[in-house]
Amino acid sequence: MSTQRDFYAGPNEEAVGTVYTAMGGGDWADIAAEQAERGDEVLVVNMGPQHPSTHGVLRLILECDGETVLSIRPGIGFLHTGIEKNMEYRSWTQGTTFVTRMDYVAPLFNEVAYCLSVERLLGIEDDIPERAQIIRVLMMELNRISSHLVAIGTGGMEIGALTVMTIGFREREMILDFFEAVTGLRMNHAYIRPGGVAGDLPSDGISHLRDVIAWLHKHLPEYAAFCNENPIFKGRMCGIGYQDLAACLALGVTGPVLRSTGFDWDLRKKQPYCGYETYEFDTVTWDTSDSYGRFRVRLEEMWQSLRIVEQCADRLEATTGQPVMVDDPKIAWPAQLALGPDGQGNSHEHIKHIMGQSMEALIHHFKIVTEGFRVPAGQAYVPIESPKGELAVHLVSDGGTRPFRAHVRDPGFNHLQSVPIQCEGGMISDVVVAVGSLDPVMGGVDR
Amino acid sequence: MSTDLPSGEQSLESRTPEQAAPTPLATRAGMWSDGSGDTSGYGRIVRPVLFPAGSEPPYGSWYDGAIARLSTLLDDPLVRVVLDRGELTFHVRRDKLTDVMVNLRDDAALRFELLASVSGVNYPQDAGAELHVVYHLQSMTHNRRLRVETTCSDDDPHVPSVVRTYPAADWHERETWDMLGIVFDGHPHLTRILMPDDWVGHPQRKDYPLGGIPVEYKGAEVPPPDQRRDYR
Repeated sequence: MSTQRDFYAGPNEEAVGTVYTAMGGGDWADIAAEQAERGDEVLVVNMGPQHPSTHGVLRLILECDGETVLSIRPGIGFLHTGIEKNMEYRSWTQGTTFVTRMDYVAPLFNEVAYCLSVERLLGIEDDIPERAQIIRVLMMELNRISSHLVAIGTGGMEIGALTVMTIGFREREMILDFFEAVTGLRMNHAYIRPGGVAGDLPSDGISHLRDVIAWLHKHLPEYAAFCNENPIFKGRMCGIGYQDLAACLALGVTGPVLRSTGFDWDLRKKQPYCGYETYEFDTVTWDTSDSYGRFRVRLEEMWQSLRIVEQCADRLEATTGQPVMVDDPKIAWPAQLALGPDGQGNSHEHIKHIMGQSMEALIHHFKIVTEGFRVPAGQAYVPIESPKGELAVHLVSDGGTRPFRAHVRDPGFNHLQSVPIQCEGGMISDVVVAVGSLDPVMGGVDR
Repeated sequence: MSTDLPSGEQSLESRTPEQAAPTPLATRAGMWSDGSGDTSGYGRIVRPVLFPAGSEPPYGSWYDGAIARLSTLLDDPLVRVVLDRGELTFHVRRDKLTDVMVNLRDDAALRFELLASVSGVNYPQDAGAELHVVYHLQSMTHNRRLRVETTCSDDDPHVPSVVRTYPAADWHERETWDMLGIVFDGHPHLTRILMPDDWVGHPQRKDYPLGGIPVEYKGAEVPPPDQRRDYR
């Protein structure tokens, strides 16, 4: 049915042109027939927010002439949860439980970015124990592999390479099993805390880690064998989502997308944190500036991460028994986490100590848990290299027990701005490839 | 935390720049949030909220050179410079913001190619400058980081847009408008981005409530987070 009345217009808005609608018992076949009579072929198509190929609740508004995209505008905000505002009402330690829920494919990076900012505000950056830094690097690099696996796997699924997705999630599950053994949870860990990490590895942690490393060594080559020279895969990816270096810098794009233009910008090398300058690994670049290049960068970065993980395993064996939390009882969480009959929690020895032996320890535990610690006034911004690009938390403290303001610079938020430059003039089917190669995670984009 | 300084730059050295005495932004009385009887024993304690104040030159590292370069390019570009925790902040008046940003991006000695982030902060006690906009810049040529901060008041919440200089600011400025109600003059399409189009209010302002309802648990009622008693 076509009409002059726009049912979705506001009270004072006039409808412009013909409105096509199925409202009032129309039939889409009639609408298509009416549309076919019109001279211009421009159709506005709404992809998402509930579309299997848009990486979560991303809405893409396309103007199409046939299958050619004339203009595309991403619409976001469907997963906005007010995490930043919520953090203003919780203690500094509780902040980690919020940030970990943002980019839920790479939760440990959110935690590290937040904790590094808190630590800079506290002025304890140099006091973090070595073993805590090694565990952070280990968890981040394993998380980088699992995040890249999701990027490659879902990206493959979207162009019909379903096997890449199934094996990608198989490997990811092995990594998440390790995360569960260490932190108690597959995701949303809240494991990395201001001052260190919540607990040491379990007693069989290193052997478990060695198993994961062996598994990855065995299975990571499969992706290259499946995809690298696959003509269909290359036909869908090569030259798609082209974005050169100048466009990347103008639009603030970082991470694998930037490195696929040939620029070796990696914050782990350029502005090292958590001791990355002491690890041996290479920055991966590619020179095609397209979706295929980003795929190859991610693929090779997984191998580089595995190299770092192996170095971490050796260092963890050498530092067994060393502390994993800053030596400052006014900041450090009073207990190490331990696995009890009802899940992960404060260790049994600690509970025995505060409940049965020391009133002062109990008071201290109560104060540090309920009141938290105060952070001197000021602001900090510590960028880290997340699997997607530059991730940082701009934290402002007013000297109180809670953040005065927390703002997260999520790479996905920034990268979605570059969807139009990559997709306009191309085909609808290539939109899916381009968006997949940006690897946005809407939990982080919308926060 | 070490960063690779380009050769020829002097290192930070051991000197710390002289800090001007910070002026209290507000004072805080007692230990507990307002509205609850303070039985903590610290009810009469009064503490000022002291943010790092402007630093005095020399700042060390590449900072002095960059400030000198910017001062030759522009007439009196900076209100003050804060060097705190190894992070350099330029405070800029909003009418100079556009020029400062263009020069920071284009001059060969400065060359901040990448605008990483724009965020807004609401300081209700900072009379006449309640709203701050904070830009984080990255120079990839020189591997330097810089923060630029500008302010506007609640009554006149306008700041010039930097989208023409840094297209990356597009969505960031939209988010800052959405969350704090700061109008970026000259932005090509300043609409809400995270909240629904017809939303009323700007959630990240300090006078905007968090929301939430009391929850009953085993007969006791837990108030929503923004009404609980908390330490400050």
